[in-house]
Amino acid sequence: MGGVSPGADRGAERGAATDPAQNRDPGLQPERTRLAWRRTTLSSTVAAVLAMKASLHGGVHVQGVVVCALCCALWLGFLAVAHLRIRTLTAEGVPPALAPRHATTAVLCTVAVAVCAAVLVY
Amino acid sequence: MIDFVRNVQLWFAPQEISEEGRTPDYRFSLANERTFLAWLRTALALIGGGFAVDQFLPHLRWAWRAGLALALLAAGVLCSLRAVNHWVRCERAMRRGEDLPVSRFPALLSIAVAIVAVAMVVVVIAGWAG
Repeated sequence: MGGVSPGADRGAERGAATDPAQNRDPGLQPERTRLAWRRTTLSSTVAAVLAMKASLHGGVHVQGVVVCALCCALWLGFLAVAHLRIRTLTAEGVPPALAPRHATTAVLCTVAVAVCAAVLVY
Repeated sequence: MIDFVRNVQLWFAPQEISEEGRTPDYRFSLANERTFLAWLRTALALIGGGFAVDQFLPHLRWAWRAGLALALLAAGVLCSLRAVNHWVRCERAMRRGEDLPVSRFPALLSIAVAIVAVAMVVVVIAGWAG
C-alpha cells in the first residue's frame, strides 16, 4: 500500500483526459460509492418515515410533533451531507476522500434518530 | 482509551488526518467510504427495527417491547459510532502504510442480533401460547 501505486497514476491521467471513453475508471469506483450513498439515503428515509409514524401514533400531541419535526430536520441534514458528497463524486477528475466532518455529521444524525426513538419508546 | 479519545478528535479534524503519511490511491479511500456506508446502513436498519418492534408488536407486554426496542436502538447507536471510528482508523492506517485495524465488533454484533432474534422467537411463541 506504501509507495505510488499504478492506480494513482491512472487516476491522475483520468482527471486530465478529455476523451469520455478514457475518462472512465474501469472499476467504476466513484459510481459505486455514489450509489452506496444513494442506498444509505434510502435507508435513512425508511428510518425517518418509521420515526414519523411512531411519533404521530395515537393522536397529535406536543411531544410527538416536536419529535416528528426533529426527525424531519435530522433526515434533511443527512440528505444535505449525501447530496454534497454525491455532487463531489459526480464531478470530473479524481474525487477527494470523504471529509471526517461529513462522516461524523452523518453518524450523529443517525444517533440522534435513535435517541428520538428511545424517547418515543418511553 | 487514549487512542479512542485521539480518534474522536480526528472525527472532527480533517486537516490532522491529511497531515499524516501520504495520500493512498483514491480507490482505497472510496472502498473505505463504502464500507463505512454499509455499516451506517446496518445501523439504520437496526434503528428501523427498533421502531418496528415498538410500533408493530402492540400486544406485547410493555417491558418486553421496550426492552427489545431499546436493545435494537442501542445496537444501532453503537454500530454507527463504531462505523465512523473504524473508518478513521482505516484511513489513518492507509496513510501511514500500516496494516488495517482488526476488530471483534462484527462478531459481537452477530451475537447480539442472534440473541435478539431468539428473544423474538420466544416472545412470539409465548404470545401464541398465552
